[in-house]
Amino acid sequence: MLEVRNLHAGYGQSEVIHGLDFTVGDSEILAVMGRNGMGKTTLFKSLIGIVPVRSGSIQLKGQELSGEESFRRVRHGLAYVPQGRLIFPTLTVEENIRTGLDAASGGTVPDYVYGIFPVLHDMRKRRGGNLSGGQQQQLAIARALVSNPSVLLLDEPTEGIQPSIIKELARTLKRIRDLRQLSILVSEQVLSFTLEIADRLLVIEKGHFVHESRREDVDADSIARYLSV
Amino acid sequence: MSETTSAEFFATLLMQGFAGISLFSVLLLMALGLAIIFGQMGVINMAHGEFMAIGSYTTYILSVLASEQGWLDIYFPFSLIAAFIVAGVAGYLLEIVLIRHLYQRPLDTLLATWGVSLILQQIFRSVFGAREVSPELPEWIMGSVQPGEGIDIPVNGLFVLGLAGLVTAGVALMMFRSRWGLQVRATSQNRLIAGAVGIDTQQVDRITFALGCGLAGVAGAAFTTIASTGPTSGSLYIVDTFLVVVFGGAASMVGTLASAFTIGQAQSILEFLMTGSMAKVLTLVTVVGLLMMRPEGLFTAKVRR
Ligand SMILES: Nc1ncnc2c1ncn2[C@@H]1O[C@H](COP(=O)(O)OP(=O)(O)OP(=O)(O)O)[C@@H](O)[C@H]1O
Ligand SMILES: [Mg+2]
Repeated sequence: MLEVRNLHAGYGQSEVIHGLDFTVGDSEILAVMGRNGMGKTTLFKSLIGIVPVRSGSIQLKGQELSGEESFRRVRHGLAYVPQGRLIFPTLTVEENIRTGLDAASGGTVPDYVYGIFPVLHDMRKRRGGNLSGGQQQQLAIARALVSNPSVLLLDEPTEGIQPSIIKELARTLKRIRDLRQLSILVSEQVLSFTLEIADRLLVIEKGHFVHESRREDVDADSIARYLSV
Repeated sequence: MSETTSAEFFATLLMQGFAGISLFSVLLLMALGLAIIFGQMGVINMAHGEFMAIGSYTTYILSVLASEQGWLDIYFPFSLIAAFIVAGVAGYLLEIVLIRHLYQRPLDTLLATWGVSLILQQIFRSVFGAREVSPELPEWIMGSVQPGEGIDIPVNGLFVLGLAGLVTAGVALMMFRSRWGLQVRATSQNRLIAGAVGIDTQQVDRITFALGCGLAGVAGAAFTTIASTGPTSGSLYIVDTFLVVVFGGAASMVGTLASAFTIGQAQSILEFLMTGSMAKVLTLVTVVGLLMMRPEGLFTAKVRR
């Protein structure tokens, strides 16, 4: 599905991502774990095209995306849920979702979206900025979903969300994967959440992957060591 | 004796107020264009006044053609559309050739569009001459209506007011109901994220710039009914237009409306009570004073950010 080869990216003079290789399989949920400042967000931004790729390749279903602008990557099947949600605060909930729709959709939010997120239906006329953090997270996911992605990029979806809601989010994401037949790349610091949803996990440290394991083989203690300071 | 003079005084004041309505209408059309461009891409288009002049000259050219063909009675509505298209296409080209290379560089855009305004003024001078021109207007627009004793309200003022109202409603409808409007509002809040959810922000820029310039063109066509057009006519209006946009708060259409009305009326009524330049100074001082109290303009969106 998504194949990344020897990816280098960074800001100005400083390189943050130093040659990453990985693949996300069909309907796979792959988690990237790492402490603060290890480069998770930078990796995601370079995948969606907000941070330029220095070298390396990003291929989605065989299509090279690394030189494309963000909106073209979205049209090819990538979708992005940024860290901190970053919904459009003055737009209503419904308008926020509609920004992700393509021209052919006619501007109607598909029913399955409100099926997955009933809260958003109840609040569709409210301004996005007036939603709670957890509701904004759902909104950001809905906005990404309506572009019919084949790979969903989720940057720290659990940040600032309370434990009971985190469990629910894990269930929702698996449901979305099954319903929409898509792959998910998610960055995370909460191990329990990762073990709940991911098929496989990678650990990133200073822009390099230092560990990889399938969920069934995970040694929780060793991962916890990577994540502790 | 004193009663009749005070009645006369109020009649004159009312008529002067109506002259203010024409000014308000043109300012409103100009400010709408300037504000949507600024809101979308943070570009202050110093050549906006010249796009107004493009609209005026387009109307003038059409009037010359129309009088040759004997179509004077009907050409004017078409000239509004033509002014919109010509100014809009010119804006579209300017965006592609110049503006898009200067994003994120506000001072450079300011300077560059100022240069464009000088170039356009020179082109007007070469093509149409330094003398002011006036299109021949249809008879029906030149008359006046008399709703009361001693009160003369010119039809052209009513016409321009109706036009500005329609266009404003149309722009508001597009801004809040169309896909383009949604994309403009999303991009102006967060350009990078707008791109990352699939919006072609540069395409939205081009359309918005063209639309804004097109609106200036319509303002120019409307302008021909209240004054004649010279190479520098546009630059005379640009300052007032800036004033309207800043005073109203660049992010608010209601603000633009209210501030165009206030400034148009204030100018026109003060001009009656004192000299023209004193009226301008007083308006400017008042606006600057109010802005010191409310730096974001009259109206701002209320939402947590
Ligand atoms: N805009 C920027 N300009 C320059 N350097 C940056 C910028 N954003 C991040 N960095 C640097 O890049 C490195 C990686 O940051 P990044 O945001 O990718 O980390 P992260 O793994 O997402 O951390 P967190 O868990 O806190 O979100 C850090 O050293 C950070 O200081
Ligand atoms: Mg991060």
